[in-house]
Amino acid sequence: MTEQMTAPKPSEEAAPVAAEPTTIRLEPTSGFSRVLSPRELWRYRDLALQIVVRDITLRYRQTALGAAWAILQPVAFMIIFSVFFGRVAGVSSGDVPYALFSLAALVPWAFFSSALLLGSESLVMYKELVSKIYFPRIFMPMGVIGAGFVDLGISTTILLAVVLIYGIVPSAAILILPFLVVLAAAALLGATALLSAINVRYRDVRYVVPFAVQMWLFVTPVVYSADSISQPWRTLSAINPMAGVVEGFRWAVLDTGNAPWALIGMSTLGAALLLLIGLAYFDRVERSFADII
Amino acid sequence: MSDVAIEVHELGKSFRLGLSHQGYGTLRDSLVNGIKAVPKKLIGRGPEVEFDYLDALHDVSFTVNRGEAIGLIGHNGAGKSTLLKVLSRIIEPSSGWADVTGRVGSLLEVGTGFHPELTGRENVFLNGAILGMRRAEIRARFDEIAEFADVDRFLDTPVKRYSSGMSVRLAFAVAAHLEPEILLVDEVLAVGDASFQRKSLAKMAEVARAGSTVIFVSHNLATIQALCTRGILLERGGVIADAPVDEAVNQYLRALERSASDDLLGREDRDGWQESKVRRLAVYDVATGDADVVVGGRKAKIVVEVTELLPTMDAELTILNSLGHPVTTLDSELSNLADVRDGELGPRIECEIDSLPLIPGRYRIDVVLRGRQEIQDDLQAAAFFDVEPGVIDGRPMPSMGADGDVVLAHRWRLPPS
Repeated sequence: MTEQMTAPKPSEEAAPVAAEPTTIRLEPTSGFSRVLSPRELWRYRDLALQIVVRDITLRYRQTALGAAWAILQPVAFMIIFSVFFGRVAGVSSGDVPYALFSLAALVPWAFFSSALLLGSESLVMYKELVSKIYFPRIFMPMGVIGAGFVDLGISTTILLAVVLIYGIVPSAAILILPFLVVLAAAALLGATALLSAINVRYRDVRYVVPFAVQMWLFVTPVVYSADSISQPWRTLSAINPMAGVVEGFRWAVLDTGNAPWALIGMSTLGAALLLLIGLAYFDRVERSFADII
Repeated sequence: MSDVAIEVHELGKSFRLGLSHQGYGTLRDSLVNGIKAVPKKLIGRGPEVEFDYLDALHDVSFTVNRGEAIGLIGHNGAGKSTLLKVLSRIIEPSSGWADVTGRVGSLLEVGTGFHPELTGRENVFLNGAILGMRRAEIRARFDEIAEFADVDRFLDTPVKRYSSGMSVRLAFAVAAHLEPEILLVDEVLAVGDASFQRKSLAKMAEVARAGSTVIFVSHNLATIQALCTRGILLERGGVIADAPVDEAVNQYLRALERSASDDLLGREDRDGWQESKVRRLAVYDVATGDADVVVGGRKAKIVVEVTELLPTMDAELTILNSLGHPVTTLDSELSNLADVRDGELGPRIECEIDSLPLIPGRYRIDVVLRGRQEIQDDLQAAAFFDVEPGVIDGRPMPSMGADGDVVLAHRWRLPPS
């Protein structure tokens, strides 16, 4: 029988799960329990991977232009911004052409804004999963962010190519890019954890987020330079994590000289705070998701 | 290592009705309620903010040993699904606790998490991971899964192009190869064609025999009796029997019979939208006019009285024998030119059977009422009726206790005597 032949396999391969039957106590809990349990997340790591793979596959399969969207959106905004803010309003972009100045900021911004929109819908969109299966729910917003990395990778590569075409050779500052991406992802995880969890109870989130993203764009130095804000407001405003990310991206790829360390430091603090608040809230309410979704 | 797989101790679960009924509120409702509650919280006076709670489970205690197969039985809304959801960690209990030892596989719905845009292969990996399988395990069993589901040729086709039978088969195949130590199954076998149902059932029996602990919820008592050794009967969220499966099933059938004699509108163990409900269901022998006693082979009429007439109403009647096994289903949606939509009929639906082909015995009827494209009412054991020995197509029926449930009109051709 095939059953007998395959039966020993799981115990070998799935040794960590199958060999030691652990007892799990299910009881009313309060306070923090799950999200902040790395062991639980690790146990379900394969699912996390599958969710990312699903989100990536779906994004490229259901769209006609596929990967092109990763760059089309920032480029379209770049053109519009160059015309209206660069030419018409005459916003200063320092030594670099306004087009490059805005594109360098729009690449991380596009990653942030689209993951924020999709991430806050992630639990509600797959509510049949939430109500029928147990798994760490935080994987839903995490999957969206993970899938966003692919777009970000593509658009960053194109950004670097454009920069080189303009004759700018990035300095060693480019090494900070991975850190900036982590910073953006941390802020995103905090924000999407918070919003997706609220969305389970109040579908108002669906209407608030697109609007909030617009507002967020204008408080972030995307169309203008952070230098145009006077101190101490410039540094304080970088509590918005995307301020440090966007200015950092510019500095890293455009070789603009003066490093925005103060902004990046402040934004790191902002991202950490946002992450903490988001995960804490998510953890508090996760246990009731299946009751109300 | 302990032999106990699941220990449940005084487990309770209540839902706040304001939340579970509306699903989700709006921010405004919450703000209004929150503000109303403020004076109460601050000074202990002010308008009372009241929430109704629904006790879906209360004081449920039982112990399941490793390798046992348990059937959970009870009316709609008795708490069976809630209990499975608590044991699967999907929802949290409100009181008490449950200790679960071993890897749990829960199958509350076949194909949860199947995405129509993904191919069969991709869905197998995704669904396997969702059910808790490691990637390496899925890879190792992939061929077996594909073979069991019998969809080999379509593995790289998006599932949206599958027939519903195909996707159900694939989904069940993934779940069946999960090989958990504890398997929690809710009514999933009510899908697929007959041969696949048999195959799934055999697979489940195999899982149970292989030493896994199984908790199984189904309306199909025959399946429960075939698969389980012990039955737990739930009623209104509490355990009212925990016994060998046949005993528990009998107790359930007796409880069903008691509830049928009650006023149907008083029953709460019903599903559906409830804009219109079944008020009364009765079976008449047209010749005698007797209710609930029909002579086999004679013309019978089943009358479903409803509380409200809705656009496009339909009824689905399932006749079950005394063991709770379904005999046949009559569904007005499968229409016939001879069916009549009658404006004079009043709030009722009638079904006529020219020659009732049931052998003598006691039967029950479960009813599903549809209207406005929704299930309006779903009520088990809405009526019981007895079939008396009669004649079908000029031939006497087998007597009570014969094998089977139905008689066919038929002719013989025999050698001369």
